[in-house]
Amino acid sequence: MTTLARSAAGRTKRLAIGVPDSILPWVSVVGVLALFDILPRIGLLPRDHFPPITETLGTLGEQLGEASFWEAVGNTLQGWALGLGIAAGLAIPIGIVIGSSSLLYRATRGLIEFLRPIPSVALIPLAILIYGTGLQSKVFLAAFAAFWQLLVATLYGVQDVDPVATDTARSFGFSRRQRLFRVTLPSAVPYIATGLRIASAVSLILTVTAELVIGSAGLGRSINVARSGGNEELMYALILSTGILGVLLNGIFVRGERRVLRWHPSQRAGERRA
Amino acid sequence: MLKVDHLGKTYGEGDDAVEAIGDLDFEVGENEFVCIVGPSGCGKTTLLKCMSGLLAPTRGQVRLHDDRIDGPPERMALVFQEYGRSLFPWMSVRQNVAFPLRRKRLAKADAAKLVERAVESVDLTGFLDRYPWELSGGMQQRVAIARALAYQPEILLMDEPFASVDAQTRADLEDLILAVRRQYGVTVVFVTHDIDESVYLGDRIVVLTPAPTQVQETLDVDLPPTRDQLETKENPEFARLRAHVYRSIKRKQTHAEPERAPDDQPAAARP
Amino acid sequence: MRAVRRRLLETGLEVTVPILVLVAWGLASAQSETYYFPPLTDILSTFADTWLFERVGSDVVPSLVRMGLGFGIAVVAAIATGLLLGMSRRSRRAAAPIVEFLRAIPPPALLPFAILVIGVGDSMKVFIIAFVCVWPILLNTIDGVMGVDPTLRETARVYGIGGRDRLWRVMLPAAGPQIFAGMRTSLSLALILMVISEMVASTNGIGYFVLQSQRTFAIPEMWSGILLLGILGYTLNGAFVLIERRVLRWHRGARASALS
Repeated sequence: MTTLARSAAGRTKRLAIGVPDSILPWVSVVGVLALFDILPRIGLLPRDHFPPITETLGTLGEQLGEASFWEAVGNTLQGWALGLGIAAGLAIPIGIVIGSSSLLYRATRGLIEFLRPIPSVALIPLAILIYGTGLQSKVFLAAFAAFWQLLVATLYGVQDVDPVATDTARSFGFSRRQRLFRVTLPSAVPYIATGLRIASAVSLILTVTAELVIGSAGLGRSINVARSGGNEELMYALILSTGILGVLLNGIFVRGERRVLRWHPSQRAGERRA
Repeated sequence: MLKVDHLGKTYGEGDDAVEAIGDLDFEVGENEFVCIVGPSGCGKTTLLKCMSGLLAPTRGQVRLHDDRIDGPPERMALVFQEYGRSLFPWMSVRQNVAFPLRRKRLAKADAAKLVERAVESVDLTGFLDRYPWELSGGMQQRVAIARALAYQPEILLMDEPFASVDAQTRADLEDLILAVRRQYGVTVVFVTHDIDESVYLGDRIVVLTPAPTQVQETLDVDLPPTRDQLETKENPEFARLRAHVYRSIKRKQTHAEPERAPDDQPAAARP
Repeated sequence: MRAVRRRLLETGLEVTVPILVLVAWGLASAQSETYYFPPLTDILSTFADTWLFERVGSDVVPSLVRMGLGFGIAVVAAIATGLLLGMSRRSRRAAAPIVEFLRAIPPPALLPFAILVIGVGDSMKVFIIAFVCVWPILLNTIDGVMGVDPTLRETARVYGIGGRDRLWRVMLPAAGPQIFAGMRTSLSLALILMVISEMVASTNGIGYFVLQSQRTFAIPEMWSGILLLGILGYTLNGAFVLIERRVLRWHRGARASALS
């Protein structure tokens, strides 16, 4: 959970006026939903642009029974998983190698600093050229974008090792390899975990982007098709599902990250402060 | 001038409740330099927070000029122990000292004069445009003191302000606070765990018991008003007072249960 | 002495490796027969022809304007909202589910929505850039405000620092480092969304140009556009870091002395 959600999940308190704290989030959710249901119905919001929420939710429910929907979801997940997997498989080892050697780091730093800010979406036309409009394009773009996130996170994690810890290990006679596996890597794991979470989000975004812009099969394309076909409720329903998918995937990584971070001093210090 | 009236503070509820302050009752007279001393964990900081209005007491009250303190009163300033974290790092020394004066809506020239005078009295005139991180710990604390002085409070509360500096700097700061107190005519309530410091600085010493805190005893400091790091500390009266305070603190620590006066009844908990 | 030698070696590497890579690319591509990877020299000369300064007015300026407007709106809206939410626990609770939901929607999925409701013009692009860029800044601002040192807060209370002074002179500067971190992220998001929105629905702009070049098989032109986008990303990031360093000078100083 982000800080926002975490802080909101504090102790229940009753205040002097009005609504108790614990109900507050529900009040606002219900309020917003009601707003977006009533306003289109009474015509304050153009109905063709903003179908009532309940109808959208109904369409979403229907979609859950449609094979085409799940096919699209599967396509998107496929692109996301491959993109993230390839990125991780490359970025983490490379990051560890470069991060462990100050020589290598200095040598490659200029290169990384220049390649990193290149918006991966700029490569969409290149991807189309080389890989066409199918899965490969999608995966290429997602992997490219996720790679840099993970590389930087891994580098940072490997370099941020407490020098006192490595010195202690060295004074105990640990070899370079042992120090790597027993001190550096465990210390870097939280950063890598955070990097994975961000890389996962990036991979998803690029996957959906590719589907939208290039037209590869997946949720992105389905959303666009729904819009251009005049089926606004379907469009909204699919956008909602994409959001939910994002939340679910993010949730998995957040939970994993939290478990990994539990022993890390920075996390413990955070708990003390909160 | 300031009355701590049967103050009590309990943190938490039910089984988790921690009674930091049991029953504190003492007075601070105008222009006095009162030192509050006690063992670690005796709720000194809690006391100061209640006295400054930052924390609401569970029982009893604190009164300044007979008005109950509900929140930080305008005539009071507080100097924290962690000087590093109480100065605004994005402001220069001048801006830090001048900042509280915004509330008083003074003419710019008047405010500037107050700032310069305060900074001069802590000997930091050349550093007006520096930033806190550029200064040493002792200097930062002096800025905090200057800030409190420029604010022209009637009463100055200090929460172990010199605990985090080295002994040499501490001696300088002790003399500084005596000098500016005389110069500005301000009443000072000074919390410390350092017994020597409390005797050296104070006109009166309030000794606290461990939690749940009460007043162990109050003593007057019968030393010449002009203090000097060498002369005063060679004075036999200084040693006597020092030993007395030390024994007073130690005595309470060996007792299982703090003594309670028979008419001591904690009031019902405030909502 | 070995330390000095090593430092020299490292600096030397830092400078020469990128140059070597460029040269290698140039050489490798010079004899290239592949259609998709024209010789580097071709790309560079096309770059000079196209972007210096032929298409600056027609494509670069509109792109930058959209990006700037979207980013600017996001910054103002996010900081203002973030400050308020950061200071009030109740409004945080109320807003939390909405914020969490809205920011979880992958930005590209919002494009069709924006096209539907706003159309295919500049306002749609500015909207989508602003909408997506708000979240990192907003969340970071909230984090920054909530993370203000309690001693600093108590100091402000003791001296009766109220209302507007508290907001603009305490909370905002204190949250500054976090806000800048959020702005950094949003800046790269702004560039990305500018490109995407131009690829999907535009008649000008750098993103549009790159895609259009691909469609018309003007490959060196396509590469020149990609190169420009890379340079743009690098320069914007670099400029931002410089600004951040100047504004947050106090923070670096304070952190350095705290660590020593």
